[in-house]
Amino acid sequence: MNCIIILLIYVLGAVATLASNSKNAAKIALVTSLINAVIALVLTGEYLNGNDISFTQQWISNPNISLSFVVDGLSLTMLLLTTLLLPIIILASFNTLYSKANQLYSLVLFMAFAMAGTFLAQDGLVYYIFWELALLPIFFIGLLWGSDEWKVRKRVMVTFFMYTFAGSLFMLAAFAYLYTLTGSFAWSDLSKAVLSTKEANYIFLAFFLAYGIKIPVFPFHTWQANTYEKSPTIGTMLLSGIMLKMGVYSILRWQMPIAGNVSENILKTVIIFCIIGIIYASLIALRSNNLKRLLAYSSMAHVGLVAAGAYVGNSTGYQGAIIQMVGHGFVMVGLFYLADIISKRYDTYEIKEMGGIRSQAPKFTTFFLIILFASIGLPGTFGFIGEFTLLFALSEKELLYAVFAGTSIILGAYYMLKMFQNAVLGSTQNKVFAEVTTKEYFVLAVICVVLIGLGIYPKLLTDLFIQ
Amino acid sequence: MSTTILLLTLIFPLVGTLINGFWGKHLSKKVSGTIATLAIAASFVTSCLFFAYIQDGEPVKVVLFEWMKFNYFSIDFGFYFDQLAALWLMFITGIGTLIHLYSTSYMSHDENFSKFFTYLNFFVFFMLILVTGSNLAMMFIGWEGVGLCSYLLIGFWYKNQDYNNAAKKAFIMNRIGDLGFLVGIFVTGYLFHTLDFIELKEQSFLAPTLGIATMAFFIAATGKSAQLPLYTWLPDAMAGPTPVSALIHAATMVTAGIFMITRLNFLFDLTPDVQHIIAIIGAVTSLVAATIALVQNDIKKVLAYSTVSQLGLMFLALGLGAYEVAVFHVITHAFFKACLFLGSGSVIHAVGGEQDMRHMGGLKKHMKITYATFFISTLAISGFPPLSGFFSKDEILLTAFHHNTVLWVVASLASILTAFYMFRLLFLTFSNKFRGTEEQEHHLHESPSAMTMPLIILAVLAAVGGLISIPGSSWLNEFLKPVIKNSATLHHHELGTTEYLLMGLAVVGALIGLMVAYFKYIKNKQVPVNDNNVSGLQKLFANKYYLDEIYMLIIVNPLNFFGSFFKKQIDGLINGVVLSFGRVPSELSYQGKKAQNGNIGLYLFAFVIGVCGLLYYLFMCY
Repeated sequence: MNCIIILLIYVLGAVATLASNSKNAAKIALVTSLINAVIALVLTGEYLNGNDISFTQQWISNPNISLSFVVDGLSLTMLLLTTLLLPIIILASFNTLYSKANQLYSLVLFMAFAMAGTFLAQDGLVYYIFWELALLPIFFIGLLWGSDEWKVRKRVMVTFFMYTFAGSLFMLAAFAYLYTLTGSFAWSDLSKAVLSTKEANYIFLAFFLAYGIKIPVFPFHTWQANTYEKSPTIGTMLLSGIMLKMGVYSILRWQMPIAGNVSENILKTVIIFCIIGIIYASLIALRSNNLKRLLAYSSMAHVGLVAAGAYVGNSTGYQGAIIQMVGHGFVMVGLFYLADIISKRYDTYEIKEMGGIRSQAPKFTTFFLIILFASIGLPGTFGFIGEFTLLFALSEKELLYAVFAGTSIILGAYYMLKMFQNAVLGSTQNKVFAEVTTKEYFVLAVICVVLIGLGIYPKLLTDLFIQ
Repeated sequence: MSTTILLLTLIFPLVGTLINGFWGKHLSKKVSGTIATLAIAASFVTSCLFFAYIQDGEPVKVVLFEWMKFNYFSIDFGFYFDQLAALWLMFITGIGTLIHLYSTSYMSHDENFSKFFTYLNFFVFFMLILVTGSNLAMMFIGWEGVGLCSYLLIGFWYKNQDYNNAAKKAFIMNRIGDLGFLVGIFVTGYLFHTLDFIELKEQSFLAPTLGIATMAFFIAATGKSAQLPLYTWLPDAMAGPTPVSALIHAATMVTAGIFMITRLNFLFDLTPDVQHIIAIIGAVTSLVAATIALVQNDIKKVLAYSTVSQLGLMFLALGLGAYEVAVFHVITHAFFKACLFLGSGSVIHAVGGEQDMRHMGGLKKHMKITYATFFISTLAISGFPPLSGFFSKDEILLTAFHHNTVLWVVASLASILTAFYMFRLLFLTFSNKFRGTEEQEHHLHESPSAMTMPLIILAVLAAVGGLISIPGSSWLNEFLKPVIKNSATLHHHELGTTEYLLMGLAVVGALIGLMVAYFKYIKNKQVPVNDNNVSGLQKLFANKYYLDEIYMLIIVNPLNFFGSFFKKQIDGLINGVVLSFGRVPSELSYQGKKAQNGNIGLYLFAFVIGVCGLLYYLFMCY
């Protein structure tokens, strides 16, 4: 089997969904995503057996661009994250009745197509095209199905679109420059290109503008909380669960291999900014009253650590970043789902209007606790494996980095437990909170099983990329 | 020794957790409580088997699979059963069984009965992982796991936000220590390329950064074992149900720091500077906590500060390199403090939830068993011979005397104060007349046998527990020999005149404490006044040296301030800069639009300029 089949199925699914009526759209999208999840697992099996599942086809001869999709441990892990998380995200969206559902789910599948393409493409220009393609559907999802007034929402989504798009243009310029050096966009050629430190510095910074905004790294983060807040839950899940990983993935795939001999000072500065972002975002999360915004800043804090580890550039940082991308994906989708469930029942995202849930919904509370403690890296959950590896990587570079970045395990516990206490605990305020439905139970249980299972036996996943 | 039996020790509590966690609500309270108690009892049986085996058998290492892998070393998911683990296994499961049994009665009216036992079983499971983990990362699983269960159990009555605050505080303060643990792990892994205890013991060498590692580990211990400056969570943790205080916050979890340092004794021996710090912190903590305990009126708070104080004495021993002595005191303390906490629970039960000793008194005649066991344990903790606390505390004082007189004075002072506040507690609670309401007095009763039986067993152990390490012929020291690389204890086991004199002094000190309490609270029938009416030193003690207020001022408030500042000011500023970039094109286009004003003259002018420029370029360049 070939990895390109996943891309084709997403496109077919997107077309089929668009053509269907609103009633069946969600189901078609779910089936499509499930088929691809199975295919991804089959592909993983074939990859582990040593079969070649890559695809390469010359596309344009001048300039030299080829449709090349290569699978290795890194891209396969990202592909698994995308394909396995998507059915969960779609199933989680069944709680909400969207208008024009066929258009929405078509965009969702199209976005999955673009993200999968980003993770697979080995030709710089094709990669860039997929990278930008992924931006369009999420822009429309946020714009057309988001919350708040049209004017506010439009301003937020346009800012998000323009900001990330502008950052990406620098990446395109970097690719163009690299093409003039090597005459190729292929990853295999670019990663072998010998750059002077000066060239590497410029290329590194150009890439950084694209990835730093996408991830986001402090101080390029201001689009994030607004966008997460205004997007519908399905969009927020796609953004935080998968899309921002495109940035970290690209650091590992493109930025570090190509511009690896960037000057040490630039590298240090970038790492320090990542760490500042961790503390900065944690403190804002501590003062956030809106659950969605709190989760947005908590996501930023966690991804700051992932980015810092990726920029360390050693093998520990590499594997830590991959592990935590997967862990963070499942945790964020889980947390936003929990927030969505609360908002459906209490009709608010304001934390101070919640509370009294535990006595009414013990199962919901247990799921909340498991996902919460996975997010703050309790050993035995997958979140710990990622945080541990990343902090260890930072300590290999400089012990003080690990200490400062490690304050996130204290601050993270602080803002998450404070939120939990106010949102879930306490006495009932005469508001009714129904226990989780079967569908909700199923989605949350799957997420919890993944987080605990991989926390105890991480090799199931890490064998893909650790030799 | 069969590894299956060893692993069963860990599996029983986990099975208990799962049964009560998934089906607890459908089980009757009796079944639910019995399953939970039996799970720990089964674990106790296998622990006993192992304990019998290890008397002259070899330690057993069990590796289940490779857990994590880095490019220069890997971490096993494995367990290591040796002498040190055996001791902890014995008293965790032993005392654990008793406290589970006690809880079946104590919690019998609670609506979340099965949830309580789920958490309690889960706690024992993590505690066993903590003491049997074969490497530092495994120990860390247990370390954070017991923290999780502690959080869940302190906030067990979750409708009360004060209790939730206490739970949250405990978890966060422990996390400060946990960061220390992680840093210690990182430095150790980086230096020795292993986290495995056996390999570390064989390979340990002195490196410049080793002091950072041991110091970081000690910081972790100050969190979990409630030492200065991180102890303030423990008194608040008394918000949890009393059996929880007995099991987690007195007998087992809070001794994890002592276990960890003893486990890593070969690393600490290499860093004497850190050892000095440990000894000093331990001694100071024991005195500070003892002074606070003098003026507490909540029966559980007195015991909580007493625990902090006793743990301080254990750290003093650790810092002096006398690991066996610290372990000895851990064990005797587990007996008498568990008995005291359970006793206080029995009292609270009898007076309908009242915890203020000023509203107690005269309980002696209503609760004879509780009183007798409480009295024995009070004698034990105060250090009266021949009860267990006498032997263990005396060894700590002796060791301190041989190393440093100042430390000895501080520790002795703490011991004298201990005798005073413990008898103060005893007299205020059990002697004189009852000071509560008439309705309460009407209900005074001895607790049911499920509660008094554990009390009796623990009181017996508190009385005779000292036998495991009698000066001169210590079974414990022999038993722990394979675990401890260099022992500072062994050489002064000859008992000379000095030693007997010191023992005598300690007993006289304890007697003075007793007598003062007797005259104050029995002869003169004093009852402590309201906290607001005290002054001077007493006021300082009653306000716990204002440590909570200081933390609030220098840590919590600044965090909140910066959080708000970042959120409102800085984020807005950055966003403004970003948006102004966005305005550049629109501003340019706005200016450009002005040029397109339909004035033919202007267009012509621009055209001419343009052509001139082009021509100039062509002529000059070619």
